[in-house]
Amino acid sequence: MKKTFELEDLDCAVCAAKMEDAIKKIDGVNDATVSFMAQKMTVDADDDKFDDIMKKVVKACKKVEPDCRIKI
Amino acid sequence: MTRKQKKSLIRIIVSAVLLGAAFLIQKTVDAPFWVYLLIYLVPYFTVGYDVLIKSARNIAHGDVFDENFLMSLATIGAFFTGEYVEAVFVMLFYQVGELFQSIAVGKSRKSISALMDIRPDSACVVRGGEECVVSPDEVEVGEIILVRPGEKVAIDGVVVEGKSSLDTSALTGESVPVNVLTGDAVISGSINKTGVIKIRTTKPFGESTVSKILELVENASSKKARTENFITRFSKIYTPAVVGAAVLIALVPSLITGQWSEWIHRALIFLVVSCPCALVISVPLAYFAGIGGASSQGILIKGSNYLEALAKTGCVVFDKTGTLTKGVFRVTSVSPVGVSDDELLYLAASAEKYSTHPIALSLREKCEKTAEPTDVREVSGEGVEASVDGAAVACGNARMMKRLGVNAPEVDAAGTVVYVAADGKFIGHIVISDEIKPDSAEAVRALRDGGIGTVILSGDKKSAVDKAACEIGVDASYSELLPEGKVDMMEKIISESAGKVAFVGDGINDAPVLMRADVGIAMGALGSDAAIEAADVVLTDDRPSKIPKAIKISRKTTAIVKQNIIFSLIVKGAVLVLGALGIAPMWAAVFADVGVAVIAILNSIRAMKIK
Repeated sequence: MKKTFELEDLDCAVCAAKMEDAIKKIDGVNDATVSFMAQKMTVDADDDKFDDIMKKVVKACKKVEPDCRIKI
Repeated sequence: MTRKQKKSLIRIIVSAVLLGAAFLIQKTVDAPFWVYLLIYLVPYFTVGYDVLIKSARNIAHGDVFDENFLMSLATIGAFFTGEYVEAVFVMLFYQVGELFQSIAVGKSRKSISALMDIRPDSACVVRGGEECVVSPDEVEVGEIILVRPGEKVAIDGVVVEGKSSLDTSALTGESVPVNVLTGDAVISGSINKTGVIKIRTTKPFGESTVSKILELVENASSKKARTENFITRFSKIYTPAVVGAAVLIALVPSLITGQWSEWIHRALIFLVVSCPCALVISVPLAYFAGIGGASSQGILIKGSNYLEALAKTGCVVFDKTGTLTKGVFRVTSVSPVGVSDDELLYLAASAEKYSTHPIALSLREKCEKTAEPTDVREVSGEGVEASVDGAAVACGNARMMKRLGVNAPEVDAAGTVVYVAADGKFIGHIVISDEIKPDSAEAVRALRDGGIGTVILSGDKKSAVDKAACEIGVDASYSELLPEGKVDMMEKIISESAGKVAFVGDGINDAPVLMRADVGIAMGALGSDAAIEAADVVLTDDRPSKIPKAIKISRKTTAIVKQNIIFSLIVKGAVLVLGALGIAPMWAAVFADVGVAVIAILNSIRAMKIK
């Protein structure tokens, strides 16, 4: 399943790239993109564990950029 | 300015004032060095505390090569080497740069987003005789929506009441308004200019044109160009390499000369320059701006990778029918023998009055005044025989003329030839063919001026394709191709072409070719999901002149990306060399970091502006 989320206060392009790397490394995530320009994140992950995976995604993003919020 | 930016600005001003005060105190009051250190630390922490906190946090996460860490290290290092003013000034300058950068990025993001802002906020729906304003999502298919002048049409539908002219420029880039009357279809995203209209919706909001366009454009940033990926990889190597060089500069000459503080100072300059921000921000921004600018012209590019490929296009392959031609059959020539043009058309159109064949339609379109035919006999595969105003009219192909024993000359024309006989005597022929779009030739000429080859691939018969190819002026044309034949031919063209090969079609029956091409361009394809899926670039209308425009935009964008990469690397390289030689001061290094980033960002926005 592929879902897109809006991001708030993502104000560093390098952080966006780091967030993307971190999300891709999460187990169960097939693909992810974080767009600094569109302030959007697309996560493609396994259907059945999507909610669990999203929790990990939020955690990973917090670690890289605490200011940035994911609107779910 | 956002709240965060305002806060940052206040801190910068306060810190600058405090730095000035500290400098005055140092010049006028005699005190031990730790007093000076303390009074300089006040403005330093005021302006840079967040940088210090962030770097500490990132080190805790094991992420060393972080911009914040490098700035912290450089300025703390400056304190240790006794350069108090420089330490504060560098941190201050860095924050000013960051603020500029944040404002520039925010502004450009907003102006690009504004180009794509075609999303209607609400719809006024008429329910039980009352008007209520609801979210477009809530309107069901078949409901009536009311659109007043100045409002956006929220959902695709058909006008049921009223007339108006619509501005579709946000969708197609075309500034001439479209007039609509009762019964006309309207697409969402267009702006009502003059009259109040009521529209019966034909699609849910999610499937309306405006939603489709938004989806395409918003997903575009997830498909990255090769250059973007290269920058990401490059920055992963660049930062550690420069930091490594800094360590060497700090250690090796110091061990030899013993001048530790001088060489550490030079090494700190390296650290400041080691952030690849200018590239990491400006390159994606340029692609974003290019895609945004293109979408404002009705050219929807599905990813920066396609924009990059479009810029390298060496050959554009066109489908003929519906792409370079209108796909609508019209009478293109009337050649009477012994009668007038009008008489010939009148007899033919009358005989064909009740036929539903496309040829009959185009005849009647050309000649509206017709007589009532009697004894109408349609002969399948030949034409129509009928009695018109007492004359026995035969209207059909050469085979029909032969069967009726009419002596008709063989005519070789591009298109369908209709022979007409009256009372067994040949009275002339009418040629019906597809009309070439008014801007096809201009588009091909513009492509040639840009050094791009043009080819037509068509399933149509040779004479028709050759005539169109000649009129439009393409370099080559291939006719009578079956769909598989088109794909094979495409493969051949791709293998022979030096640059990328783009294919332009209407997406209805050429999806395989669209997919096979390096860049598949579907025109006027918003109605067809299959075409949107198969294509890499979608044109909201069906004008071929959009193709050279799209290529121009993509070339400009990639040129800007190149300029930014070269400019950033040259400035950074120069500062690195000068810094190592001890010529460049630390503020020059900060400029090479944030100053270059701001300039590159401003340059990137140019990709959005299309003449």
